Amino acid sequence: MYARPAELEAALDLLAEPGARILAGGTDIFPAAGERPLAAPHIDVTGIAALRGLSMAPDEVRIGAAITWSELAKAELPAAFDALKAAAREVGGAQIQNRGTIAGNLCNASPAADGVPPLLILNAEIEIASRRGARRLPIRDFITGNRRTALAPGEIVTAIIVPTPQPTMRASFLKLGARRYLVISIVMVAALLDIADGVVREARVAVGACSAAAKRLPTLERRLLGVAAHPGLGDLAASEDLALLSPIDDLRATAEYRRDAALTLVRRAVEACLAGQAGGIV
Amino acid sequence: MLDRAGVSLTLNGAPARLASSPLDRLSHALREECGLTGVKVGCDAGDCGACTVLIDGEPVCACLTAVGQVEGRAIETVESLSRGGDDVRRLKAAFHAQGAAQCGVCTPAMLLAATALLRKNARPSEIDIEDALGGVLCRCTGYRKIIEAVKIAHNFDPAPGPAAPRDGAVGRRLARLDGERKISGAEIFGADEWPAGALLARVVRSPHHHARFFFGDLDAFQRAHPGIVAIFTAKDVPGENCFGVIAPFADQPALAERAARFRGEAVALIVGEDGAMRGLDLAAFPVRWEPLPALMTIDEAAAPDAELIHPGRPGNILTSGRVARGDVEAELAGADIVVAGEFETGFVEHAYIEPEAGFARRIGDRIEVQACTQAPYMDRDDVAKILGIAPEQVRIVPSAVGGGFGSKLDLSVQPFIALAAWKLNRPVRMIYSRNESIMTTTKRHPARIRARVGAMRDGRLLAMDFAADFNTGAYASWGPTVANRVPVHASGPYRMPHYRALTRAIHTHCVPAGAFRGFGVPQTAIAQEQLYDELALKLGIDRLEFRILNALQAGDSTVTGQVFKDGVGFKACLEALRPRWREALQAARAFNESAAGPMRRGVGVAGMWYGCGNTSLPNPSTMRLGLTPDGRLTLFQGAVDIGQGSNTVIPQICADALGAPLDLFDLASADTDTTPDCGKTSASRQTFVSGKAAYLAGRAMRREILRLANVGEEATIRFDGDAVLIAGAGGERRVQLRTLPINSAGFVVEVQETFDPPTSPLDENGQGEPYAVFGYGAHLAEIEVDVELGRVKVLRLTCAHDVGKAINPTLVEGQIEGGAAQGLGLALMEEFFPGKGENLHDYLIPSVGDMPPVESILIEEASSIGPFGAKGIGEQALIPTAPAILNAIHDATGARITRAPATPDRVRAAILALRKKDHD
Repeated sequence: MYARPAELEAALDLLAEPGARILAGGTDIFPAAGERPLAAPHIDVTGIAALRGLSMAPDEVRIGAAITWSELAKAELPAAFDALKAAAREVGGAQIQNRGTIAGNLCNASPAADGVPPLLILNAEIEIASRRGARRLPIRDFITGNRRTALAPGEIVTAIIVPTPQPTMRASFLKLGARRYLVISIVMVAALLDIADGVVREARVAVGACSAAAKRLPTLERRLLGVAAHPGLGDLAASEDLALLSPIDDLRATAEYRRDAALTLVRRAVEACLAGQAGGIV
Repeated sequence: MLDRAGVSLTLNGAPARLASSPLDRLSHALREECGLTGVKVGCDAGDCGACTVLIDGEPVCACLTAVGQVEGRAIETVESLSRGGDDVRRLKAAFHAQGAAQCGVCTPAMLLAATALLRKNARPSEIDIEDALGGVLCRCTGYRKIIEAVKIAHNFDPAPGPAAPRDGAVGRRLARLDGERKISGAEIFGADEWPAGALLARVVRSPHHHARFFFGDLDAFQRAHPGIVAIFTAKDVPGENCFGVIAPFADQPALAERAARFRGEAVALIVGEDGAMRGLDLAAFPVRWEPLPALMTIDEAAAPDAELIHPGRPGNILTSGRVARGDVEAELAGADIVVAGEFETGFVEHAYIEPEAGFARRIGDRIEVQACTQAPYMDRDDVAKILGIAPEQVRIVPSAVGGGFGSKLDLSVQPFIALAAWKLNRPVRMIYSRNESIMTTTKRHPARIRARVGAMRDGRLLAMDFAADFNTGAYASWGPTVANRVPVHASGPYRMPHYRALTRAIHTHCVPAGAFRGFGVPQTAIAQEQLYDELALKLGIDRLEFRILNALQAGDSTVTGQVFKDGVGFKACLEALRPRWREALQAARAFNESAAGPMRRGVGVAGMWYGCGNTSLPNPSTMRLGLTPDGRLTLFQGAVDIGQGSNTVIPQICADALGAPLDLFDLASADTDTTPDCGKTSASRQTFVSGKAAYLAGRAMRREILRLANVGEEATIRFDGDAVLIAGAGGERRVQLRTLPINSAGFVVEVQETFDPPTSPLDENGQGEPYAVFGYGAHLAEIEVDVELGRVKVLRLTCAHDVGKAINPTLVEGQIEGGAAQGLGLALMEEFFPGKGENLHDYLIPSVGDMPPVESILIEEASSIGPFGAKGIGEQALIPTAPAILNAIHDATGARITRAPATPDRVRAAILALRKKDHD
């Protein structure tokens, strides 16, 4: 069964169907299906207008769940979203960015999901709807492991909510892969700095592809607070700050390399924030 | 709800309705329901972009889009571009003229992605172009000609150029003769055609590297799945259940008997109606696996007590090779300087964008197979053997080939579709999934190489001791060829008076390793060229000058004792690099001296040679040429064009040999019923061997025409409609072709000529004349290394190749750029691990953003044997790229990468190890 409801309520009703799955950009569902046709009932949520908008209220920015990477990359957003926009430009190629959605990236919950570190540094919350009502979860609680989320049966992600960032916040995203385009990250880092009166007022740094789900680096974030914002700030990052990561050996790189490269990228991402650079692929 | 209602959309400008299931992939519906086969399927996972279509003007992968999702949308496929405006015509004309399409399988996607860009931005920058094309992979071109075509499209004149030149075709930059249909999307590849009512074949494959298997109740499985027409296993093979490209070593069953020797080996063939087959869950097939210990590495398989993978091949050694001369040990002991090294490379996947596909049908007591292949006559003989029929009962009609690079020399779908169509007397088709293609088709041999090289203080090379083991996988394939070719080449094109090279091809329970552009020579060059750099550095001699000093020249003896009197242009290649070499070294030094950050630049050079054609074995090509009563020429050209351009180059040669304009030629492409055997498209032999046969056929036709007028060789001929004007000493004579008798093939004159390059067998020390001609070349790589991350970016490649005569310089450049791209992949990112990453997002090939500008320098040191002096270029182009890049990494960082590919983690580890060593 395939259904393309125009209203969220209808989608939630359809989701009651046993085995029903949500389809949006299809960029993860079809590859996972391999040679087999999609068999389960699929509810296409890309026709639901409420999931497609992007709006800014005084206290929060609401990104519809079915916003594509291309739409996100082109959106007018505060500078703190620059890391997210840089990531949007490096998820697959243009073909993937035109279809893949931000919520799909989160629900697929790959350890290498490029969207997660930039949303972690935005303190994003995930808005979830079901027939039982709506709820919100901080992104760190939403992704519970390698390809695992807190989404319960009958629930749909409806939006990503970001507390409106300070206009002084700068963010950058660095992605490391073994080729220029269409590459799964070996490591990626997102960093955000809020600098006022020449000192760091707030710092947030997240590392992806080095643990089951991307993680923030709290010890580094604390160490950066109150420090003068001069070039070389990134050198305050130390390998102990990355001790909470648990990188693995795989086809793309060794664990040892990931740990080493993550530290380099963290330092560079902090410097890039200082320099007002959004980053991209290294 | 859209179920059953169908989907309404605008398709290529017209209202349309799709009846396919709304959950079907859009790519499938467009191809199978709408017949829009310009939509190519390369991976079904969004990894290659070949299925790109425009939805409301934006490029998307049709394989990731559900049919239901395009309700009300406007879709454009490549087929719509035939009705495009001036901008589209300019773009397509630029693609055609630049040689931006080689095999043509990614071309529809490239054109659509470029069209979407150009509609928004008519004059894009190079970065804009790369961003727009970054989602489409190409394996043939190296991308540069595609980028160039998009860049110049805005003011390219789409008017067709003047008809083919009447004053000589050789040496001209002619657009490929079969280019129009590649650019229109009309080209028929393996998966693009099938007879009405064709059944679909799928194969049950071993999930284990080595396992015994036991079938359950196959009849019950068939009964439980309506639509399955038949299930075949080894016992159903009517002929010999054994094939292989080199008959004496043939060892691979079409369907395994009792045990599977590699992961992915076929054990059962299921054939049925389309719908039933597509929905079939192969994991439910009744087969029980009993996994057995698997020998995966050279060390495991070569261990004294290792189980024999093939009884009768002791030590699991498939074959070994040897070339030796002089006194290596004594000379190494007496050399002023000796360097030694151990090098390793992994499995490399061909990763052509077209997975294997085709169909077969039985016609009376004959079977016809239309599939992508590089070797139609070899396919014919093996299919006949498997079916237990005579070779003449098999007709092989090669489809267009969406890239081959060596792997499509071996059988893939052919045994399955032929067996099923033969037994069922119904047409049967099969299309490999990307997963199946990567899992089961041949790979480049992993190599482990140990070598020592000695030189005198003045820089002269003295002696080399070389030993290489190759992991040849579970079946022979081209393992013997690699083992025999490598020892002939391991010195490189340098004077090496004392030499010993020993090789072994060792069986393992891995996917068979076979032919891949270079047959082991690229792996060898990685060792040899890095050791030569070490020698030059130790001797304090400039690395390029060291090579020039030792370069093989005409009159020198090769390591097999062969002496060429002409056509040795290696030194000229190296000398051609000299100006750029000096500039590049200076620029890199200046950059590094002022570098504050982590970037370091380096420059590397590497040389290569490559013998064209089979090693000391006959490999003839035969070309047939007919003149019709209306004055047209039909060239029966059996050399398969896999994108390299033989459909263009061979007629160019034939036209000039005869003295006829190219536009008089009609090409009859490879078909074992109509074209004589032109051998296989491999070993860089088609321009050289088949081209020479075409040359001889052209000359023979000229002689026959002169005979009509009874005049001598010095006469000139001119074609004029249905007449030929022959001008000799006695004036001009007009021969009206319609007045001549017509033979059974419809020709008034018909000739057939064969060329087999002269070689001699190698003796027990590998001495002899293995090849009639070698091609030579050298690449210069300029790179940048991020020393903190180990990431390497190639900034520029300068590639000098001695091609004897560039029959078509645009196509030669295309081979060089495409070969260099594969060499770059070998150097930096490509390695296949059996059982892992059987897809194109784990197995990485270079994307458009990874290929730097390439400057090709064509050296024409004519060989007296080749047609107009020409040599091959197909494999040559790939060989020196990887060692040039690895040498440049050393130049930039001081770190020597002995294990290819130089992935970021390996480069970083080598840099850290060096620092630790310096510290200690």
